[in-house]
Amino acid sequence: MDELLKILQTNALLSREDIARMLDLPAAEVNARIADYEKRGVIRGYQAILNEDQLDLDKVTAVIEVKVTPQREGGFDTIAERVSRFPEVRSAYLMSGAYDLLLFVEGRTLREVAQFVSERLSPLDGVLSTSTHFMLKTYKRFGVLMHQETSDERLTVTP
Amino acid sequence: MNGSPSLRNRINATVRDIPRSGIRDFFDIVSTMKDVISLGIGEPDFDTPWHVRESTVFALERGATHYTSNFGYLELRKALVKYVRKNFGAEYNPENEVLITVGVSEALDLALRALLTPGDEVLYHEPCYVSYRATILFAHGVPLAVETKAENGFRLTRQMLEAQCTPKTKVLMLNFPNNPTGAVMSRADLEDIAAFARERDLIVITDEIYGELTYDAAHTSIVSLPGMRERTIFLHGFSKAWAMTGYRLGYACGPAELVEAMMKIHQYTMLCASSMGQKAAIEALARPETDIGEMVDEYRRRRNYIVAAFAEMGLECHRPLGAFYAFPSVKKFGMPAKDFAMRFLHEEKVAVVPGTAFGDCGEGFVRCAYATSMDNIKEAMVRLRRFIAQK
Ligand SMILES: Cc1ncc(COP(=O)(O)O)c(C=O)c1O
Repeated sequence: MDELLKILQTNALLSREDIARMLDLPAAEVNARIADYEKRGVIRGYQAILNEDQLDLDKVTAVIEVKVTPQREGGFDTIAERVSRFPEVRSAYLMSGAYDLLLFVEGRTLREVAQFVSERLSPLDGVLSTSTHFMLKTYKRFGVLMHQETSDERLTVTP
Repeated sequence: MNGSPSLRNRINATVRDIPRSGIRDFFDIVSTMKDVISLGIGEPDFDTPWHVRESTVFALERGATHYTSNFGYLELRKALVKYVRKNFGAEYNPENEVLITVGVSEALDLALRALLTPGDEVLYHEPCYVSYRATILFAHGVPLAVETKAENGFRLTRQMLEAQCTPKTKVLMLNFPNNPTGAVMSRADLEDIAAFARERDLIVITDEIYGELTYDAAHTSIVSLPGMRERTIFLHGFSKAWAMTGYRLGYACGPAELVEAMMKIHQYTMLCASSMGQKAAIEALARPETDIGEMVDEYRRRRNYIVAAFAEMGLECHRPLGAFYAFPSVKKFGMPAKDFAMRFLHEEKVAVVPGTAFGDCGEGFVRCAYATSMDNIKEAMVRLRRFIAQK
């Protein structure tokens, strides 16, 4: 992967000038490349990584395994795209193995998520079965540990 | 100094006359202050790779908590032989040509003690790692410092060595990539040095602890050059490339006679390196590319950043090609490096190490380690810019 993307993926807040220094490139080139990635849709947005467990939110997240029948035309894409359009669905993946789609679904309460599954998801044409697992605690998201104290054990000056 | 003078007089004269490391004094000052950003730390800020740490826990559970062979676990020596062949281009017999030590620090001490008879001279280049001169003196050798220069990229040349070498010179010590300058030697540079060592029949001790950490140039080891294996002691360890400083694990490779001599000292004074550390090292060698590759990429970005920032402030700095140190000149501020470091510390709360800690010729320079987060480096550069604007 382009090193520029790697840098943005770890810290999208770095200024273009700083990125230019890190890559030993002119700032104008960094700007142009980022603009190009954005235009082509490689970069689809910039978000903060939150430790939501600290926020006391009225929110539950479920991981839902879904078995579907692929459509005659469009295969899995038609059904997967239809499911993905629900705002409750935060992430959706096509999987190998015992089920087909893996969804991350958010709601305010358990009941709300359960309702989404029984009233919206299951009745869809092509959905054969679902299996819902509620998430209890987050240890790591997007490669970032949620409970690690940032402590530097090193002495302040060493040879 | 407190304590009674009569006790002081009992101390071995060599030990008594060697001053404490300048780094240590500086640390004592920095450690009394709060919220200091330190560019003074000569060890990686990365965590030891998790698979290595996890394997250490497993080693403890399994009971790898006893003495090992004096040479170290054979399994580790076998893995090292492969690693050294692939990355440094020399072939060793794991049975009797590899010795596992307590860091490169111990290996360096063993090599010098094994080689030197009182009065033998040792050529080494300054600015250099803080221990070299003291370790030579403790081994009753005579240190001959050769000064490398910024305008040369702090590389060593044959001419510099010729000017100092005498018939009593027995050993040449090398450290590239270099602490504190970040200098690297090309293959051609090393060929000259190797030819000189062969002509003068010198034993070479090469400390390649930063061998994996080069940025624009591939690392060449002097031991891979023709006729060098039989006169070279190759030193390396896990401290830097794997961020395993606290494990205290290093190794020496060399001709069997020399390794045997080092092993004798190690056998009677250290017995063996830590067993769980050795188990961790075996795990570290299982996937070096992934562990080290990402760290090297990050160090390169930081090196680029810090060098660009110095250039923008008009601070002269040769481009470091390896290790994780930049060594800019502060001569134009017309004060000793130590004063510069002290004032920078007190006025802006950033620690850099005065170049004089690495030899007298480090005067006029400060060492800035970029083994710290990008955020810290950025903030340190903001403060440095403000500081020098007032000077
Ligand atoms: C050039 C050099 N040699 C040796 C060492 C010590 O290494 P170890 O931790 O393996 O004893 C260091 C540590 O800073 C170093 O910079």
